[in-house]
Amino acid sequence: MHEFLAQLANGVELGAIYALIALGYTLVYGILELINFAHGDVYTFGSFTALVVLVALRAANVLHGAGLILGIVAALVVAILACALLNAGIERLAYRRLRKAPRLAPLITAIGVSFMLENLIELWQGSAPVPFPNVIPNPELEIGALQIGVQQIVVVALAVVTMIALHYFVQRSRLGKAMRAVAQDRDAAALVGIDVDRTIAVTFLIAGALAGVAGFVGGVSFGSAWFLNGFGAGLRAFTAAVLGGIGNIAGAMLGGFLIGLLESFSTWFIGGQWSNVAVFSVLILVLVFRPSGLLGESLPEKV
Amino acid sequence: MIYAYAFVAIAACVGIERFHDRRVKIAIALALAAFLAIAPRFYGNEAVFSVLADAAVYVMLALGLNIVVGFAGLLDLGYAAFFAIGAYTYGMLASPQFGLHLPFWVLLFLAAALAALFGALLGAPTLRLHGDYLAIVTLGFGEIVPQIFQNLTKYTGGPNGIAALDVPTFFGHSFGASVMPYYYIALVGIVFALWISRNLRESRLGRAWMAIREDELAAKHAGIDVLRSKLAAFAIGASFSGIGGVLFAAKLALVSPDLFGFQVSVLIVSMLVLGGMGNIVGVVVGSLLLTIVNSALLPQINSLVDSTFHTTVDLSNIHFLIYGAILVGIMLFRPEGLLPNKERRAELHHAGEPEAEA
Repeated sequence: MHEFLAQLANGVELGAIYALIALGYTLVYGILELINFAHGDVYTFGSFTALVVLVALRAANVLHGAGLILGIVAALVVAILACALLNAGIERLAYRRLRKAPRLAPLITAIGVSFMLENLIELWQGSAPVPFPNVIPNPELEIGALQIGVQQIVVVALAVVTMIALHYFVQRSRLGKAMRAVAQDRDAAALVGIDVDRTIAVTFLIAGALAGVAGFVGGVSFGSAWFLNGFGAGLRAFTAAVLGGIGNIAGAMLGGFLIGLLESFSTWFIGGQWSNVAVFSVLILVLVFRPSGLLGESLPEKV
Repeated sequence: MIYAYAFVAIAACVGIERFHDRRVKIAIALALAAFLAIAPRFYGNEAVFSVLADAAVYVMLALGLNIVVGFAGLLDLGYAAFFAIGAYTYGMLASPQFGLHLPFWVLLFLAAALAALFGALLGAPTLRLHGDYLAIVTLGFGEIVPQIFQNLTKYTGGPNGIAALDVPTFFGHSFGASVMPYYYIALVGIVFALWISRNLRESRLGRAWMAIREDELAAKHAGIDVLRSKLAAFAIGASFSGIGGVLFAAKLALVSPDLFGFQVSVLIVSMLVLGGMGNIVGVVVGSLLLTIVNSALLPQINSLVDSTFHTTVDLSNIHFLIYGAILVGIMLFRPEGLLPNKERRAELHHAGEPEAEA
């Protein structure tokens, strides 16, 4: 029972991180029908910016008392801003020219950008994993049979708050409505006066910001950052987005948590070295029976 | 020296592409084949032909993937899985691993059949999926296969793989340590692959693929058995990769799971994209160019920079940066590839221009 609950908590924590990354994939896919392959590496970049800020603050010896909270907030904000700008920059430089190109062109471009980012991050921070400063105190709480770390609570809470904020932004704000309009029909949106390019840029900013939050909580949760983290995490997050129904925001969250739980329980039952096999086998099975994902609508084919 | 070979081959390909007279095309192709077959008599540097043999294996892989992606329009991001299946077929059945030493030539066909079988097994449930869903499922398959090979340590040697694979023989003559036999086999393989690709393209099946690629729904209503055509594309494409895998494993005398990762799948897709997807000649050019850049040009630029500036820069550090930049650059400035498929170019420009004005 102890073990089961511990794995459950791990799965939810992992799932929260995947869900945040998956949201970035799904937002971009919803609006451009592009698998933004570089998104996982934006997440890695977020981990490293947060890490660098925290290391600098720790060296300046300000991380105690109120300084600790301010420092954590500063690292989070810097990671969010850096990732948002990076993601929007990638869109501006690499994807915007390709709006009318054949479908494969932006995907290959995204893979190219991903390789470049991975290499740049490796040059910047080296090829070995870098320990993430252990700033959030992590006493274990016992709630009944459940043992849970404070870090885990912080990670999940931060992710959930971010998702709620995103939900309200997309549903209520003007820009959110513009995003949904452009996702539904780009030409019609342009006709009613929506600035399509700007809306797409905003979508990339938001997706990047989500990757920044994910980078921070991922760093806290895994305790390290590595230049290739984004590849595996991005793959799983994208799988999560597809599992939930790509383009669908609630689907990405659901898929993220499902993949997180699947990974933690498959690690428990059959060992971590099989996690890829487990995750992707489930993906293939789900898609065979529900080709548009769990929450995706199946649209009639257009002629 | 390697550039001379690559240049001749690429120039010949461009010639074949540019001239319209069928007889001229055939003449150029025959001249190129003769040149590549005889060249080693006059210039026998093993290192050069080792790179060329690798390039030839990649040309075969790219031609196989071209059937799937270029002809049938099914984006496969896990093609390296079939390459791995071919290589491990040789690794497990022609090595001390199980004490089995089946002949190389038998395994070439067995690997082709096995890869085709797995292609069909993966395809049967998943080919109903559209576009990016299919891409991600194949990507997943490409991640699963090496991991299975890595984990089944008892059978596959685990992360270290299997070493000391058998050296193939030809009518009792061992290949020895020379790379030349692989070079020749790969050349023959390319000729076969080209011949099959060309005939398939002109066949009923080939036209069904193009129809599916352009408009699946219309193809279905025109009476094409869509699922079966797609399955055939998957299986045939995979079989090329299986043969390539055997050649690759035998030449290296080693298989290990990290040789068949996602990067390999992307590399082969990039070859298609660079050359011009769907165009057989373009694909050959694309794969030659990328292999030469990867295994000859980058290392040489490296040593040139070092000797000129007396540095010890290690360009392999920024290998992926350069490679990524090449991919992005080509996509931005020539998204249809260097030698585009004619029908595709026509489509792109007819469809693209009026839209650009709107």
